[in-house]
Formats: sequence, structure tokens, C-alpha cells
Amino acid sequence: MAKHATPQLDQLESGPWPSFVSDIKQEAAMRAKNPKGLDYQIPQDCPDDLLGVLELSYAEKETHWKHGGIVGVFGYGGGVIGRYCDQPEQFSGVAHFHTMRVAQPSGKYYNTKFLRDLCDIWDLRGSGLTNMHGSTGDIVLLGTQTHQLEEIFFELTHNMHVDLGGSGSNLRTPEACLGQSRCEYACYNTQDMCYQLTQDYQDELHRPAFPYKFKFKFDGCPNGCVCAMARSDFAVVGTWKDDIKIDQDKVKAYVGGAIRPNAGAHAGRDWGKFDIQAEMIDRCPSRCMKWDGAKLSIKTADCVRCMHCINTMPQALRIGDERGASILVGAKAPVVDGAQMGSLLMPFISCEAPYDDVKEVIEKIWDWWMEEGKNRERVGETMKRLSFQKLLEVTKIPATACHVKEPRSNPYIFFKEEEVPGGWQRDLVAYRKRHQR
Amino acid sequence: MVFISSGYNPEKPMENRITDIGPHKYDEYFPPVIKKNLGKWLYHEILEPGVLMHVAENGDKVYTVRVGGTRTMSITHIRELCDIADQYCGGYLRWTTRNNVEFMVTNEAAMKKLRDELDSRKFEGGSYKFPVGGTGAGISNMVHTQGWVHCHTPATDASGPVKCVMDAIFDDFKNMRMPAPVRIALACCINMCGAVHCSDIGLVGIHRKPPMIDHQWADQLCEIPLAVAACPTAAVRPIKVEYNGEKVNSIAVKQERCMYCGNCYTMCPALPISDGEGDGIAIMVGGKVSNRISMPKFSKVVVGYIPNEPPRWPTLTNTVKHIVEVYAANARKYERLGDWAERIGWESFFKLTGLEFTHHLIDDFRDPAYYTWRQSTQFKF
Repeated sequence: MAKHATPQLDQLESGPWPSFVSDIKQEAAMRAKNPKGLDYQIPQDCPDDLLGVLELSYAEKETHWKHGGIVGVFGYGGGVIGRYCDQPEQFSGVAHFHTMRVAQPSGKYYNTKFLRDLCDIWDLRGSGLTNMHGSTGDIVLLGTQTHQLEEIFFELTHNMHVDLGGSGSNLRTPEACLGQSRCEYACYNTQDMCYQLTQDYQDELHRPAFPYKFKFKFDGCPNGCVCAMARSDFAVVGTWKDDIKIDQDKVKAYVGGAIRPNAGAHAGRDWGKFDIQAEMIDRCPSRCMKWDGAKLSIKTADCVRCMHCINTMPQALRIGDERGASILVGAKAPVVDGAQMGSLLMPFISCEAPYDDVKEVIEKIWDWWMEEGKNRERVGETMKRLSFQKLLEVTKIPATACHVKEPRSNPYIFFKEEEVPGGWQRDLVAYRKRHQR
Repeated sequence: MVFISSGYNPEKPMENRITDIGPHKYDEYFPPVIKKNLGKWLYHEILEPGVLMHVAENGDKVYTVRVGGTRTMSITHIRELCDIADQYCGGYLRWTTRNNVEFMVTNEAAMKKLRDELDSRKFEGGSYKFPVGGTGAGISNMVHTQGWVHCHTPATDASGPVKCVMDAIFDDFKNMRMPAPVRIALACCINMCGAVHCSDIGLVGIHRKPPMIDHQWADQLCEIPLAVAACPTAAVRPIKVEYNGEKVNSIAVKQERCMYCGNCYTMCPALPISDGEGDGIAIMVGGKVSNRISMPKFSKVVVGYIPNEPPRWPTLTNTVKHIVEVYAANARKYERLGDWAERIGWESFFKLTGLEFTHHLIDDFRDPAYYTWRQSTQFKF
């Protein structure tokens, strides 16, 4: 028997898509039954009360979670997000309902032992509800009380050898695509770079020292499956420099219809026979390809590595051998100053462990941003305010045409004094000898 | 309840304390076929919606079955996923960036059994637990935020509208008839934890009323200068007001300058902004992250406001479904929604979709606005 009537939420149980309401109800029933005879460390009926408070939100169309609340584990400034219900008498089970972020393995591969151990902790000490995963990639344990935070942290670190993730004005938990583990497009080992940098920057991850959040994301190729260029302050996107490798026999197999284009991604509709000219050559953004009826050729100097041809013929075309990544800086969602896409800072780095070249750039950016950034200003906004030139200056990267889509269309150029012969100090008396007042 | 100690001693918090160990190493939980072929994958194929086959240089194959997941997930549900992974996949599984879950096996027969098993399981309420799909030129799982389930600043719910939209487009989760992948996302406020700003279709919760001012608490709950500095349109300023016969430090909001971003509320809980009548959802379209063919681009607002209509969100759901259908009927193969809209022109986009173009769709936020106004006589009647 449900604790609260939820007539509106009940309507979210119908329809084919997995119902989170059915799932929370299933958890509520499981906790009521308590088959393992657990001595639950937070209210047994918290999933019921979560449904109750959500039903209230559905009636009033307003949230019932209070603003903020500073809680955490000793020595960390991030990883726990305090959350309190603003109707604690009505929904005592979720009166305190804090979130814990747990660092996920890069690529989000798990074995069932790890997950079951985590579930056991969360059964005993939490609500039994999670986010798999939060938007930044962490495993999110959804709802516990203050007195359990250290206990959970102790169990996570001692028994599961896993740490909390980031929250607040610090490095957020870095995230990578699955990369070389199961993708032929990966131009570098995204998971390894993600793991190494996460380990190297644990202090920045757990102890907020930045003006605002800072995110790394690692995409193995320009397809961008973890959206690094759109969502991270520091995006490492795999690319290559040399020729796309071509298997001409396989190209013919695609043209002849023996292999389905685009790995079969369009199989749900009859798009007609594959037309290499229309579907690949003419859609190439830099027009760098030619098909003469028997041979495909690519002018590498004109290629912008957009991935379309490789995606279209994964069995015939392959990324080049001179592999590495481009680094783009400053992406963010709208708040505070409008959305920003990452801007290209380093056209190419080689991505070899221990990634000292990458870390050098990161640390220079941090030093500058911590000095100059305003409270709640993402690095993209600092770049906008203080100029891309300033970013080049602090990272010691020489300007190239790769850095712009087009050169500036206004001549309001800031020169440095040392760039102008004779400097800025001039002799007015000498000037007046040449020009009457 | 009896307090159960984990071993943590609050008297000596530093005793045996383990910190800063980070996540588990990524390859610790690789299935054997993945571990063996790291960096040696040759090509892949999508055998059917939700089923991928990756082939390695040495001929090894791995079959992946992808299922949709709710982001909010109980441990009972996770344990069921574990049971399936134990039975079919040697105890390994993974999640995708879009909250899908992937199971991997090494032969086709096992894949088929696994796929059928996953597709057969349903919740008591009738919905699928683990629907197979979400690949290729179809519609994958929606990424979303917390909404009314657990967030303090939302303008709308997240899981609810996502459930309803996914119900409406479920056939396209299980099919690949779209011209290109369609990525839909929902953020419950414009802070956009869900990064809706670059999705083919982005649903974003918006407020439409300036914050209220809780003079009684402003000076006690807030660092007033932080709230003032947080406002991107300089609508917030410090004032002194009479409250209960006393002069108190508080905040004033120039209402016509406010665009309801909620930043001031984030800095100052004495400025509550959520409102049952005022809040709702804007629809953005045409964003993408991939560099394929065209460059990554932001989503654009095409519907300025849809009211919150719990529990089934009919206007939102119908509008999304309609946009998807018009796109599917008109775009060329490989053309993402935004590329299609740009090719035909936004005038044609509004004509074809029948969505109303209103003054709310003309940008008026600082510099970015100017770059979106038309400075040409090349337009369509």
C-alpha cells in the first residue's frame, strides 16, 4: 500500500518508455518488504515520500526542494550536494536528502560486483535511488542524511576503493568517450588521458579553489560522442594529420551495394541505392574528394577531418596514422553570459602518456583564470572579457590562422607598447616644433 | 534504527582516512574481448536497431545490445541489470553518455537471446524495463536533468516530460528511419546541466516572472553584493527598506530588465523565482556537437513558451513529435535537423512546421542578438 496517493504520477506508468515512477514504486515496495532484514540507516519510506513530494510538485507546478545546504565530508569541498525538502513535516523521509557524486570509471564500464557493492551501501545508508549517471558523468547517489555521509565515504574508500566526484567551484569529474576500448575512430586513448588527469588533479577536484566550475572532456574523434566541444572548459578532441587510409576494393563494395553505407545506420528506410557522388563526394565540406568510377582519391591538404566519409564507409576508410588531438577551450551552457562553444587553442598535440604537454597548458590556463576570473565566471567568459590573445599569451601558444574562422573585420587593434617602434612615450615639445598649436 | 558504524571514528577523523584515490581504472572492468582488442578495432556495423557489431583486426567480434534507461534508477533496477549481465555477459556491462545501458557478448546467437530477454521484461505498470534501440539514424535516449525530483532551481520537471516525449517517439527509438541521428535533451532550467544548447531538439525550463524579494531574510541568507554581481542584465541592486519598523539591507529588482535566469536566486535564497503559472518550457532546435559535414552549432529557440502541463505534457509532446515528423519528411539523408533548417532557410522551417514565429524568437540578449538579425535582402517570402 503506497504511503501517498499519486494520481498524477500514476499516469506516468503507462506508455512503452521505462517509467521512473514504476521504478521508484518498485524500490518503495522493496524497502517496505525489506527482504534482507536491513536496519535502514535513513528512513525506510523515503522513496514513498519522494513520490509524495513529486506529486505535490505535479499539483502545484513548483519544486519543493530548498535552496542549498552546506554539507560534505571532512577535508573535501566537493562531492556532496546538500538537499532539503521545504515540506519536511509532510515528507519526513526526504526532509534531508543529500546527493553524493561517486567518481565513475572512464567509459562507464562496470562489473556486477562493483555495482552490487555500491547498491548494498546505498540500500543500507541511502535511499536506494540513484542517477546512472549525472550529466557530468558521475554515479549519483540520490538522497541520504548528514550523519551517513562520513560512513558512506568510509565504505566507498575503504571497501570499494573509489572516491567522490567533483561539485562546486572546482574541477568537475572528467569524462571520456569509450575511445579505443570499442571504437575504431578513436585517435588517442581517451580513457587513459581522462584517468591520468583525474588522478593528477584530485586536489583540484575535491577542494574548490576556482572562480567557478571547470570541466575536462575527452572525445576520441570529431564525431564528439561526449560533446566535449560544447560542454567542457577544456576539450580534447581526437584528430589526425596525414592521409585517410583507403581500401579501394571496399570502396567498390560500398558502391556496388555489397556493404551497407554508414554502418547500417539508415536501415529503417529505403533511401535507394547508395550514390557515392551524391552522398559522399558532394557532401564533403571541403570538397577534397574525387571518385572517377573506379578509384576514390582524397586531397589531404584540403581535408578538414569532419568524419563524414569515414562514418559513411567505415570498412573502406580509416583515420590516418599520425594521430593526436586538438584542444578547444571555453565551452559552456548559457548561464551567466550566454552559451559558448569551445574555441580552438591547440590544433594538434600528440597525446602520449604521461601527457605533460596537456597538463602544462591546463595549469597555465588555471593560473591565469584563478588570478583574473571573477566569481562565477567560466573560463570561456574570462576569455571573452580579456581576449583570446591574452589566452595565447598566458599559454605561450603562437597565433595561427587555425585560431580564427576569419580575421577580425574591425581595425580596432590593441598593440603593446613594445610592438611599436619608439614606444608610447613621446616628446610633446619636439612635436610642437613641427606642428603649431 | 540502530546506528551501524562503517568503521569511521568521528573522534579521530584522520585515522586511517583514505582520500583522493579517484575512480577505478577504466580497464579494470573491461569485458575480456574489449581488453584484448583495445585500440585494435577495425570497423563496426549496426545489425539492427539497438544492436552493434564491432570487428577487431584479428577477426574477434563483439555484439553490443543497447537498451534505454531512465536516468533516475533504483538499486532494485540496477540489481536486475546485474542479474542479466551475470547470466549473459560474464558480469560486465556499461552505460553510455545518453543514459543507455550496453550489454556485450561475443556471438550472434547469444546476442539474439539477450536481446529478446531484454525486450521481454516489463514493469508492473506496463512500461518496458529495458527497451532495445537508440542507435544510428534514429532517436536515442534523452539526456536530462533533475527537475522537480531533486533540484532547487527548476522551472519544470525533467523525468516526467522526458517519459512522455520518449513514449511519443518510442517507435523511433526502435527504428532508424530518420535522415540523421536526432538527439533530444531536456534541461529543467536555463542553467542547463543537461547541455541542451547543442541538441537537435532541446527542451529547456524557463521562468517568466522576476524573483520575489524576501526582505525579512535577504540580509541574513545572502551576500547581497554576490546577488547583485550575479545578474547578467544589471537588474539587481542593493537597497535599504523598512521591514517591521526596522531599516534592513535588502535587494531591489528592476523587473523589466530581468530575463528570469535565476542566477540571483542561486546566489541568494531570499529571491525565490519558481512559479506555477509563470514557469514552462521553451523548445530549441537545430543544435549539434558533431563536426560531421557542418560545424557544431547551437540550438535555436523555435517555441518561446509552452506551459507546464503535468502529468502527460501534451502540448510539449505533440510539438516535439510534430517537429520530428516534418524533419523526417523533408530533410535529405545525412542532414541533421539544424543543417536542414539552414538549407531551406528558417522562413521555410516555420512555414513547413507551422510553428508560429513571434517577437520572442528574435534575440535581444546583448551582442549575440545582433549577429542573428538579417542584414541582407536575400530572404524568402
